[in-house]
Amino acid sequence: MANSNKAIKISQKHLLGIQDLSIKDVNHILNESKQFIALNKSKNKKIDILRGKTQINLFFEPSTRTQSSFELAGKRLGADVMSMNIGNSAIKKGETLIDTAMTLNAMHPDIIVVRHQDSGATNLLSQKVNCSVLNAGDGRREHPTQALLDALTIIDRKKKIEGLKIAICGDILHSRVARSNIYLLNMLGAEVNIVAPSNLMPKDIEKFGVSIYSNMKEGLKDCDIVMMLRLQSERMTSSFLSSNREYYEYYGLTPDKLKYAKDEALIMHPGPMNRGIEIDTKLADDINKSVIKEQVELGVAVRMACLKIFCE
Amino acid sequence: MMKKKIFLNAYIVDPKNSLDEKGGLIISESGKIEAVGKKVNKNNISSREKYIDLEGKYIFPGIVDMRVFVGEPGFEYKENFRTLSEAALAGGVTSVVTMPNTIPVIDNVSIVDFLKRRGRDKAKINIYPTGSLSKNLEGNNMTEFGLLKSRGIIGFTDGYKTIQNTRLMSRMMKSAYDLDCLIMQHVEDSELAKDGLVNEGIIATKLGLQGISDLAEKIIIERDLSLLEDFNCRYHISQISSEKSIEVIKRRKDNVKFTCGVSINNLSLNENDIGDFRTFLKLSPPLRTETDRLALIKGINNDLVDVIVSDHKPEDEEQKRLTFAQAASGASGIETLLPLALELFHNGSIKLNKIIRALTCNPAKILKINKGNLDIDNDADFCIVDINKPWIVKKDNIVSKSKNTSIEDRKLQGKVLSTYVKGEELFKN
Repeated sequence: MANSNKAIKISQKHLLGIQDLSIKDVNHILNESKQFIALNKSKNKKIDILRGKTQINLFFEPSTRTQSSFELAGKRLGADVMSMNIGNSAIKKGETLIDTAMTLNAMHPDIIVVRHQDSGATNLLSQKVNCSVLNAGDGRREHPTQALLDALTIIDRKKKIEGLKIAICGDILHSRVARSNIYLLNMLGAEVNIVAPSNLMPKDIEKFGVSIYSNMKEGLKDCDIVMMLRLQSERMTSSFLSSNREYYEYYGLTPDKLKYAKDEALIMHPGPMNRGIEIDTKLADDINKSVIKEQVELGVAVRMACLKIFCE
Repeated sequence: MMKKKIFLNAYIVDPKNSLDEKGGLIISESGKIEAVGKKVNKNNISSREKYIDLEGKYIFPGIVDMRVFVGEPGFEYKENFRTLSEAALAGGVTSVVTMPNTIPVIDNVSIVDFLKRRGRDKAKINIYPTGSLSKNLEGNNMTEFGLLKSRGIIGFTDGYKTIQNTRLMSRMMKSAYDLDCLIMQHVEDSELAKDGLVNEGIIATKLGLQGISDLAEKIIIERDLSLLEDFNCRYHISQISSEKSIEVIKRRKDNVKFTCGVSINNLSLNENDIGDFRTFLKLSPPLRTETDRLALIKGINNDLVDVIVSDHKPEDEEQKRLTFAQAASGASGIETLLPLALELFHNGSIKLNKIIRALTCNPAKILKINKGNLDIDNDADFCIVDINKPWIVKKDNIVSKSKNTSIEDRKLQGKVLSTYVKGEELFKN
């Protein structure tokens, strides 16, 4: 089955954002990912298609799941994976992003995975290196592999995306996950509702082809998927909300509010979760409704596919 | 003493003297304007006199640029008085108003003496330094308006910072009234614009950058004009960027006296030009929507906006080769101010006379300086321009020490052929 995909080429050199991808690219990545789901469940998880390749993980922002997911993905494909510890690097000594990029570039990596707190940082970096760059999240702009793994999870459970009604709820303003998901889910034919308090709703987001709501009851109505986002308190420089308590009351996903969605609706969350703030802790763990763990699991498969495709 | 110079067959545009006609220009041996206009022609000069035939090229009064950042003192690696002067001359600019955002800040009498000396010794153009409104640009205490003015400070501004404290602003206006000083305010509410990088809207949302609402500008304009109603000093809004601001100005113009400027960047570019994080277009005020840009053009046509400035802010490449959030804001633009403004004439947005007015006599009137005109017996500061000559802006050809132009690779029409200060040709293309 690997052979059947060989002829397909990705249109981009780098994976900087969903907005750069064509629907053909997306389907190619999702199809490749499906192959790795089985591999990740098998006893021997290691193959050697990236043997001899060097992957550098460059995380300027703290990360648990994305970084470990990329690291594991690279290792399972047989690549040499190096994760830079920013805390001990020259960046702490004032080196600029471009200089760091050029230094690493001189070591001839095949792929660099980058997360950075500034929007557009991965675009800048990609202009200065010879290898492919995978965006593992830049500021509020994009987090393409998260959107791809979300799509894969939805397809895995619902067998399709086209025609589904999907609500993305919470801190949209600060969320790269929301932006990437809006592009991807729209592209794949879903109907997307955005639910957030006005203070966390980015201006003109409705121009992306989504419906916007400031209350959960209307926003969740008849939805097949309820995607909750983390309240990114660390990015909030001044008061956006009165309190977590009030936020939970009006925007936290509780069993009562979930009733507005379809009975068989699934709950998603990119993690890390603030239990009791944006989501009821029991709901998060409800294996009949929540697919949060599955998202993490499929994340490894999606990243393996991306590494494979963009390393070629 | 220099030779007498005679230019014939030019097209003279001097809005102050209502000149918009074919004619000539005679410069005396002392570098003053001796005669100008249609009466200066071949029939009226002696046949023995040598003249320069300009073959229909334009003569404008030397441009007065009201908003220029020079790196001296403190940032000489970005721009010093000599390089600024050369860049200005290449763009037909003969008088500049420099901002006080230097190290040290221009906020006391001793630094003004240094500045005047440096400006006089290193620059060939006329330098009019401003002083800061608040000491060390901190927005807490006002500077010595009277003493600074007496040493040659042309006006007061905190440059790219705004006086946020309303009480302090009201007191500054009262002082400025007593001492007949000009206040030039950068209008932006700092809390509302906090961490902002680009115009708030679809582009900010798409690029994931913090937006700056046009309300941040509107609110300070409304506040200052309300104060001005009571305190009535000489007050100039440095730059506006949005349709909302134009609406406020229109509404207030009849009962409050003030003037207003706009950057050529906001007249010629919009937020879409930022494209894929072009840090050279990180500007303050930010580029806004096409609707805003068109409203600003209309503002010039309706005399709601008085002045066009370059907002020349040289930044070295290191400060721009960063992520958008980290990059310095501002663009180098003194030498492209006039050619880019001519684009607005060529594309039918603004009449030539109006553009030249906003670049010459309007700023001079606000500043109360006898510049930006071709008055008889005044210093012969002027430029000769081929307004049709096509050329392309290339970073490598930028004269300024810093190459951070906002319009790289833009095709322009109109080039300065030579620039004269006090009758002396200091730039020739």
